[in-house]
Amino acid sequence: MSFPWANEYKPTNPLMQWVDERLPLPRFVYNAVGAGYPVPRNLNYMWNFGVLAGFALVLQIVTGVVLAMHYAANDKVAFDSVEHIMRDVNWGWMLRYAHANGASMFFIVVYTHIFRGFFYSSYKAPREMIWLLGVVIFLLMMATAFMGYVLPWGQMSFWGAKVITGLFSAIPLVGTPLQEWLLGGFAPDNAALNRFFSLHFLLPFVILGVIILHVWALHIPGSSNPTGVEVKQESDTVPFHPYYTAKDGFGLGIFLLVYCALVFFAPNLLGHPDNYIPANPLSTPAHIVPEWYFWPFYAILRAFTSDFLFIPAKLMGVLAMFSAILVWFFLPWLDTSPVRSGHYRPLFRKFFYLLVVDVLVLGYCGGAPAEEPYVMISQIASMYYFLHFLVILPVVSSIETPAPLPFSITEAVLGKDEHATLAPATPAVA
Amino acid sequence: MVRLFGPLVGLFFAVALLWSFGNGAYNAATQPTPPSAEKLFHMHPKEVKFSFDGPFGTFDKAQLQRGFKVYQEVCSNCHSLKQVAFRDLTALGYNEAEVKAIAKNWGNKAQTFDPKTGDRGDRPNLPSDHFPPVYYAGQGVPPDLSLIAKSRHGGAQYIHSLLTGYVDQAGYKNEEGVELLKKFPDAKTPDGLYFNPYFANLNLAMPAPLVSDGQVAYNDGTQSTVDQMAMDVSAFLTWTAEPKLDKRKQTGWPVLGFLLAATVLAFLAKRNVWADKH
Repeated sequence: MSFPWANEYKPTNPLMQWVDERLPLPRFVYNAVGAGYPVPRNLNYMWNFGVLAGFALVLQIVTGVVLAMHYAANDKVAFDSVEHIMRDVNWGWMLRYAHANGASMFFIVVYTHIFRGFFYSSYKAPREMIWLLGVVIFLLMMATAFMGYVLPWGQMSFWGAKVITGLFSAIPLVGTPLQEWLLGGFAPDNAALNRFFSLHFLLPFVILGVIILHVWALHIPGSSNPTGVEVKQESDTVPFHPYYTAKDGFGLGIFLLVYCALVFFAPNLLGHPDNYIPANPLSTPAHIVPEWYFWPFYAILRAFTSDFLFIPAKLMGVLAMFSAILVWFFLPWLDTSPVRSGHYRPLFRKFFYLLVVDVLVLGYCGGAPAEEPYVMISQIASMYYFLHFLVILPVVSSIETPAPLPFSITEAVLGKDEHATLAPATPAVA
Repeated sequence: MVRLFGPLVGLFFAVALLWSFGNGAYNAATQPTPPSAEKLFHMHPKEVKFSFDGPFGTFDKAQLQRGFKVYQEVCSNCHSLKQVAFRDLTALGYNEAEVKAIAKNWGNKAQTFDPKTGDRGDRPNLPSDHFPPVYYAGQGVPPDLSLIAKSRHGGAQYIHSLLTGYVDQAGYKNEEGVELLKKFPDAKTPDGLYFNPYFANLNLAMPAPLVSDGQVAYNDGTQSTVDQMAMDVSAFLTWTAEPKLDKRKQTGWPVLGFLLAATVLAFLAKRNVWADKH
């Protein structure tokens, strides 16, 4: 579906005509990310991050496939095979650093993309399906990233695998058998490493499939925009190409500058030194921490230190950690305000910025050792996290008086829109 | 349904967290955890400068060769270097003949096994061999040093601080002037371990390896003070952990330069395309 004024694909090149008549793939691309997709003209730079996330996934697949040509998923040699890549494979060090830091960049852009969605309420009707698929992508990303971190078989790989699969043992009755089934043993060893490698290779392509659904669902209503006012007329939109291809090109340049600065000048900045120590089941690291992008959820997991109403603290932590993400699935129905954009929601906006700070605090505490004051801070921060989504958002939606919305995107950009004047007596500016 | 159960779930987690918080606060108030000896006496690495620091820094080959000599004469008695091959030493500025000689004269020999006779034996190392394993009979397990610089917070600074940081525990005070053994009489270093405030738990199995100036005789005229030897071997171990450091930074600058130019062009293209739409 698209707007009636969308450009139609009319190939002039005879070869493209020939292809298009037999398989309308060029037409499909033209309508998806070409001049045939009308997009609101007022998108700001926060709308660059979807394309950047897609780019990061491709980057991970390309570097990952080549790394897999040199890596050996066997607990006896995995660590050394990574060092072989770093030392003896031509440009292997660059591939590995590109892959490891690519994961971090992927999460940076995806978190920005998600928080863009929070601020502009991109999850609201008619875009709920895009949002739901997005949360599925995020869950798949987390699983993929976790299993990828296990592959070098360093100390944090091993103990991370042990802690994360250990979460399943908190489930009553079936927990421990479930954990053993997932690991293929009583503790992480060759069976676990091999299946993690297999899944780490598979899941990115599953993510790719869900991204296709995500973009498909996006093209039904079209992109949202910073005013949250729906597209009404042709002057509200511009064709994706060349307007947003040009804008995304610039955004991609900035992304690559940051990324390459990390890869070439600080490749181990975001990693943990302990993962350069080979996995040793007999020596537990002083502080087991996951990669930075899991820290907020790790803080929530560790915030539950006391049993609550017959529920063991560990089980509470596991439930809360998973709920912290699952709650996003219900966001379209928790936030009932008819206004989308945070720009026109003064009260919502304050709580949104509080949430940003809250998640940063959780992230900091998740990376810190499990001792005071970090535990108490993460308890307060986790409390706000759940109250924000489950209590504050519904209440704010019902008590807030939103600011007046512009008549149209055109009016928001140009200051006036002649279509807004229906009768001579009506003032044009809302 | 969502609006009914949502707040209930939210309150459930909030109350559970409040319960945990309350218990934690009560414990902290009634039985505060006193700071441990590690917390009060563990020192962060000394701020020393290396030639390879920063985005423009490169290895100093003369220093790497001196550091290699320290490794060869001191560290290699207990510590292996299994990720590194003798052939890699050409990166330190040795020529092929020198590398061959170093490999051939290396104390520990390469292990051999003859599948026809079942005999085990050894032979001199070849440039293609990795540094051979080191068998250590004493107490503790000396770690392999190939990646030590990357597997410790502080890297080369940490190694230098550890090597020069051995002090007498009796009467040792931290920067605040608190005397360790007065505050923590139980923290006395056990027999067979050695006190070093730069080590995470203050006591390690390795005795101070660099003890006197001139312990390793340098060929290039550099004074081999303990501090100098520690600096050199820290640099060498940074090289063994990250042998592609120079190449990485060397590659990075043209990449960033190209990207910067491309990004400026992309920005101008974007501004041009959008000129009539703002």
